[in-house]
Amino acid sequence: MTTGRTIAEKVLSAKSGANARIGDIVVCEPDLVLGTDGSTPMAIDLFERMGGRTVLNPERVLLARDHYAPAASDATRGFHARMEGFVSNHGVELLEVGDGISFLVALESGRVEPGDLVIGADSHTVTCGAVGAFATGVGSTDLAAAFLTGKVWLRVPETTRVILDGALREGVDAKDVALELVRNLGTDGASYAALEFVGPVSDTLSVECRTVLSNMCVESGAKAGLFPNSEWRSDEDARFAGEMYIDCSQLEPKVARPHEPENGVSVTELVGEPIDWFFLGTCTGGFAEDFRTALGILDAGGGIAPGVTVVVTPPTRRIRKTLEEDGTLTGLQRLGAIVTESGCGPCCGTSAPIPPPNSRVLSTASRNFKGRMGEPSADIYLASIRTCASAAISGRIVDPRTVA
Amino acid sequence: MITEVRGRARILPDRVNTDYIISSSRKKESIDPSELKKWLLEGVNTDFAASVLPGDILVAGEAFGCGSAMEVAVTAVRAAGISAVVARSFARSYYRNAINNGLMPVECETSGMNENDDLVVRIDVCGVTVTNETAGTKVTARKIPSLVMKILEAGGLLPYLETHGRFVEDTR
Repeated sequence: MTTGRTIAEKVLSAKSGANARIGDIVVCEPDLVLGTDGSTPMAIDLFERMGGRTVLNPERVLLARDHYAPAASDATRGFHARMEGFVSNHGVELLEVGDGISFLVALESGRVEPGDLVIGADSHTVTCGAVGAFATGVGSTDLAAAFLTGKVWLRVPETTRVILDGALREGVDAKDVALELVRNLGTDGASYAALEFVGPVSDTLSVECRTVLSNMCVESGAKAGLFPNSEWRSDEDARFAGEMYIDCSQLEPKVARPHEPENGVSVTELVGEPIDWFFLGTCTGGFAEDFRTALGILDAGGGIAPGVTVVVTPPTRRIRKTLEEDGTLTGLQRLGAIVTESGCGPCCGTSAPIPPPNSRVLSTASRNFKGRMGEPSADIYLASIRTCASAAISGRIVDPRTVA
Repeated sequence: MITEVRGRARILPDRVNTDYIISSSRKKESIDPSELKKWLLEGVNTDFAASVLPGDILVAGEAFGCGSAMEVAVTAVRAAGISAVVARSFARSYYRNAINNGLMPVECETSGMNENDDLVVRIDVCGVTVTNETAGTKVTARKIPSLVMKILEAGGLLPYLETHGRFVEDTR
């Protein structure tokens, strides 16, 4: 029997006070509890029905208005009002409309530390694994229970190591690695398991790039996507469920075809495909550097093709401010892009604009399910912001390595 | 404690994500499950909601409930009178939302099950089984850990916490 432990076992042991081993169900105290306007209104109802009068650790809770940003109907205004009433009674922090996506605001404001346990009623909470936290998505009932008890039940997952070997070539980005990972694993290849990224590429990726990989782990069913550091790492003799090897030196820019994130192919197979609607932004394609890259490509290529729509959503207010100050947003608007309020944007059809019927969309988002963006007849393709911007020049998919 | 659910099999494909169970854009009008059930599984079959009967058992393939963790994808199923989902595999967020809402997630081989087969899901001390009375077959399903079983037996995490006020920490 091995004595070594995985990061997941270490974090969940520390947060439960138990010797948490793979397969155990443990009751843990999270360091940070995230909720959105999509999931929190239901959690508030449940909290009250559970008999909740006070939130146990209000300083550990962060709520965001990111899915309905801004609210555009009586119903969504009602969700926001419900959250406002709740936080004023319980001393919980509620982000403003336009502050951005819950887990990205948590990361950029330094609320997430390596070895933390983060739960969020948003499946993309896994993004916080980029800094070595064990971060996972939960439902509204879990959120309500965490308000009431300060705790959450969790199964200690198996861990699969993902070795990112080699080096990324020019024109190949973290998003391309993420699409390769999901293609390799399939929609449920990592179900119930944690993924842990190791190898030379993992070690050298920026935190921003790491978030893209941690985020998209959930598209293969993973419970967490962890980047280890010197303090929080798995023991060499820990029990691993498996290993996956990706030679990043061989990777090409990728595009996921409709209607599954696992449908990634080399961009070279889709060159020439017409695209009429582009979405740049949200939680896997929109750090400041990404938008600068996009503007550089569009400027060099002569702008956005006639008749093509480009929607830009900076995911947080901080990123938006940076892009306002350095002129990137003005530059994109000058070329004809529509810049929306910060948040989830049109990714899940909850904030306008919505792609028109029968449109063909190329998006930096993480999901392309049929109807995901609010229009069932739209075909959604996923790619890096570099690939998206390169295609917006002509309105056709191109290999970004052949563009300026 | 023995729990038994009988019902008619309703066959669904692989990889039914939560947006197909309830579209994200539907829940911006209401999160009331009795409203949302009118759009149940429209991403798979627009006629499904009209044909579902209380007591039906959903039978899915791989990765049922993948994608978003939105809990309305479970509460809308419950509101339609469904108390068990049998699938070859579940997305983990759907699995835990199901447990937390007293919807029985039964993970087993589903290839021998056909539309309208009479199924019996049984959970007892020996484990979880699904009997297909139409085909005369029986499969063993993945075991449900004890703390999780207590939440399920209570009818979900809400009634569990109403009763206990906290997690009863005997987790072994």
